Amino acid sequence: MIAIPFDSSQVMQGIASIAPEAILVCTAITVLMADLFLAEDGKWLLCWLSLAGVLAALGEVYLLGSSRIVGFSGMITSDGFGMFFSTVVLSACALVLLMATGWSERAGTQKGEFYSLILMSTTGMLIMAKGTDLMTIFLGLETLSIPIYVLVGFQRSRMTAIEGALKYFLLGAFGAAFMLYGMALIYAATGTTKIPVLVYMSVGGGMAGSSLFLAGMGLLLVGFAFKVSLFPFHMWTPDAYEGAPTLVTAFMSAAVKAAAFAALVRVAMLLFPGVSPAIGPVLWVLAVLTMTVGNISALGQNNVKRILAYSSIAHAGYIMVGLVAGDLLGSQAALFYLLVYAFMNIGAFGVLMLISQKEDDGYDIHNLRGIGFKYPVLGALLTLFLVSLAGIPPTGGFIGKFYLFSAAVKNGYIWLAILGVLNSAASIYYYLRIVVYMYFMTPEGEVVTPHTPPFGYALALCACAAVVLVLGMIPGAVLTMAEQSVLSLLM
Amino acid sequence: MEPILFTLFGAIAVGGALLVVTRKNPMSAALSLIMSLFAVAALFVLRQAHFLAAIQVIVYAGAVVVLFIFVIMLINVPENRLPIEKPTVYRLLGVVAAGLLMIEGGLASRNFSAPATAVGEVGSVEAVGHALFTDYLFAFEVTSVLLLAAVVGATVLAKKKI
Repeated sequence: MIAIPFDSSQVMQGIASIAPEAILVCTAITVLMADLFLAEDGKWLLCWLSLAGVLAALGEVYLLGSSRIVGFSGMITSDGFGMFFSTVVLSACALVLLMATGWSERAGTQKGEFYSLILMSTTGMLIMAKGTDLMTIFLGLETLSIPIYVLVGFQRSRMTAIEGALKYFLLGAFGAAFMLYGMALIYAATGTTKIPVLVYMSVGGGMAGSSLFLAGMGLLLVGFAFKVSLFPFHMWTPDAYEGAPTLVTAFMSAAVKAAAFAALVRVAMLLFPGVSPAIGPVLWVLAVLTMTVGNISALGQNNVKRILAYSSIAHAGYIMVGLVAGDLLGSQAALFYLLVYAFMNIGAFGVLMLISQKEDDGYDIHNLRGIGFKYPVLGALLTLFLVSLAGIPPTGGFIGKFYLFSAAVKNGYIWLAILGVLNSAASIYYYLRIVVYMYFMTPEGEVVTPHTPPFGYALALCACAAVVLVLGMIPGAVLTMAEQSVLSLLM
Repeated sequence: MEPILFTLFGAIAVGGALLVVTRKNPMSAALSLIMSLFAVAALFVLRQAHFLAAIQVIVYAGAVVVLFIFVIMLINVPENRLPIEKPTVYRLLGVVAAGLLMIEGGLASRNFSAPATAVGEVGSVEAVGHALFTDYLFAFEVTSVLLLAAVVGATVLAKKKI
């Protein structure tokens, strides 16, 4: 019999390192339980309960701060990097839940299962962002993905929902299998899955000669590419985004992308330098193709949700530019961009959700005719978010792109930056097309009447707009925060 | 004793695998697969990897093949309507690839000798349990959250009224 040593200080440290996740899981279970006992007209409580849980987790993230806490023999680490992404993911979740208050009844998502799935998915995102062991990253990815597959198909009566969910599920399962295969090969080559040990072994090209290790890294990259929808693994994105209830689309586009990129940035910053001659050109090509394919496909779309889906593919390409640059500045820019992207995308989907009367046809671009002048606040908000997505000052989107491309230039990737800027210019066409429809197209019949947003919803939209504007004018504090978190990663 | 048992179970495993791909009836193919997997489990026992052997029986011979059999029974194609299989280029390529893999495996296995440490030290139920509840405790616990999410999700998608 092997005795298991019990060290209470280590146990406490472990619990501290996963305190926000623990809060989220407890809330998810509480919501499920409360759902059983609440009458139909008391279900609104569930949403507020979930929101309280998310805010408590956010508070706990700040209590833990950026100090380094290694938990569970190195499986998970709470550090500045984890804190940054926990903030992004939890704020995205909080915004979506805030929108869901008073909105869920209309969308048919006023269910305990809906909220608990969102909470469990968020738990997976935090685990993925904080995982310092390949195994933890994989488990986080699965905990994140499985609830999202279900949430995409939540409105089971719509064909597009089922189609999107099935496509996302099948391709996501393939992506997960690729990633797992990659991890297995890396384990076969090195005998470990712990990222710090892998860094130690691969530093200075120590593993660059091992074809097992290279193949493993390649497959790992493919797995990530599926999740952040890089070309050519982006096929599921438009269908899943279109089929999902728009609340979920907003959540997916902001939070899932941030969490997947969190793990990708961690792997890229720590492990890619050891294999950079092999993997550098791959990243370069992936970034360019992803941007270009995303933008070109978005040009011909008429469904606004699909336009934003393709735009999210293009944005994954822009963020990859930061990873190609591969230095502190590049990663810092990627982190900043992911934060801004979360807010501007949730904001854009939020406004569109108010304007559209129903899913599917409701998101046709022709429904936006005449909205701009008749409903000036909504028009102005949507314009702000789209302008930020297009990367025009004075918005956060501009600052993000500026830093991404300047990181590329600083590291000698001039062509990459040029292609990025050209892409960005092309994207202005389809963002401004939406704006043109809102302001300059005469409606064929009546202008659609948008829903009046409930209080929480309006609050969430205002928060998004404020963040996008503030980050566009005074980005210094957040940029420093992003820099600190990348530095804490490299420590 | 061990070489005899190894040869015996190895032969059963290979024979079972051959039956899987040559049987016309899907049900007998699935049952041959069970036979092959059981024999592999016995090989694991010979290498002192008791935990792996148990998992092999429970997960592969048990759960996975039972799922196969469920599907076969659900689809329930009568014997006379089974598709007639013709030799195609792909099949030929498959045979060639399998042959190459076998040769490669044979060549690669010449590089391995008996392991320095007994597999029993890492493959026993005790050692795996110890690792699971110390170093990999976190993974173990997160898996429970993952399973909870999967159960809730399956309910959402399958239940008549939620």
